[in-house]
Amino acid sequence: MAKIRLPKNSTVNQGKHHALPGPAKRKRVFKIYRWNPEGDSSPKLDSFEIDLDDCGFMVLDALIKIKNEIDSSLTFRRSCREGICGSCAMNIDGTNTLACTKPIEEIRSTVKIYPLPHLPVVKDLVPDLTHFYAQYESIKPWLQQQSVPSASRENLQSIDERQQLDGLYECILCACCSTSCPSYWWNSDRYLGPAILLQAYRWIADSRDEAVGKRLDELQDPFRLYRCHTIMNCTNTCPKHLNPGKAIAEIKKLIALRT
Amino acid sequence: MSYKTPLARVIGLGSAKDGSSHWWWQRLTALALVPLTLWFIFSISTLTGECVADIRGWMESPLTATLLIAFVVSLFYHAQLGVQVVVEDYVHHEGMKVGTILAVKFLSVMLVISSTISILRVALG
Repeated sequence: MAKIRLPKNSTVNQGKHHALPGPAKRKRVFKIYRWNPEGDSSPKLDSFEIDLDDCGFMVLDALIKIKNEIDSSLTFRRSCREGICGSCAMNIDGTNTLACTKPIEEIRSTVKIYPLPHLPVVKDLVPDLTHFYAQYESIKPWLQQQSVPSASRENLQSIDERQQLDGLYECILCACCSTSCPSYWWNSDRYLGPAILLQAYRWIADSRDEAVGKRLDELQDPFRLYRCHTIMNCTNTCPKHLNPGKAIAEIKKLIALRT
Repeated sequence: MSYKTPLARVIGLGSAKDGSSHWWWQRLTALALVPLTLWFIFSISTLTGECVADIRGWMESPLTATLLIAFVVSLFYHAQLGVQVVVEDYVHHEGMKVGTILAVKFLSVMLVISSTISILRVALG
């Protein structure tokens, strides 16, 4: 039920300000959410002044610069720095996206960076994705076949059948879409969320899979699937420009056609 | 504290194997309500200023009575399905959730019965 008071440590306070040592032509302020699980303090919003003439193009470049040169305790995930690993998903300028593919120039003034919304925070910009990954595991994201595969031939697909997977296989599971979905915020304990449902549809749409019926049975649930109210935040925010909203609609259509 | 694995938490009680009929009826009633509501508003607007006998006369036609009953049934069924989703979305106390949904269901059934009886009483004279 609704609570009158906010839980402990949920108010974000003003943090430290790190000014540039000298003058800069293109100064930009980065405000970054900081929270340390050690100790008992509330989260803080630290601000860092950066000279854009002395910094890479993307938001991730600025984060790495801050970590290297200003505050080495700043904690965030990153790996590939080219939008394929999904590690650096965070809330930048009010939208979930990948820090590595978000140009600083696209943001007009102060760059505000928070962790992905509505997930437990491990530290600073690192959210706890345990539940998200368990949800992914629950949809059995692998090829299921009853026919014994031929030892001498590949699992063939026609060009048309392969094209059914376009717009689905590109998902990197960065969790931007799921954590932008209000339905996922309120009911993620039972609702699978857009990312996992897009992945579920990726296997339902696979011509080689022989467990489509079982997959649909597992999704046929008022919470797992039908908490989607076509809000479409998922599709708006996807840094890979995929359409989880459409994938969910396709699943609903298949279940309706089946009955 | 719980030692349940993350996967056990996700699986929970398993799939309800239901949900599509709720979804389907919500859309079906929405579709039915588009022409029914337009017809209802149009009819009421042409009847404004008429006397009781004229309105009775309008309702006595079998077509009007049929459409009126179809309208109230779709309307209250659709409303009940919609409010149920809102409650499931936002009420996280299990007892409160079940209680509210039951109350809404009872209320909408009562409203359907009473409005249908009222329409029939006028229609059948």
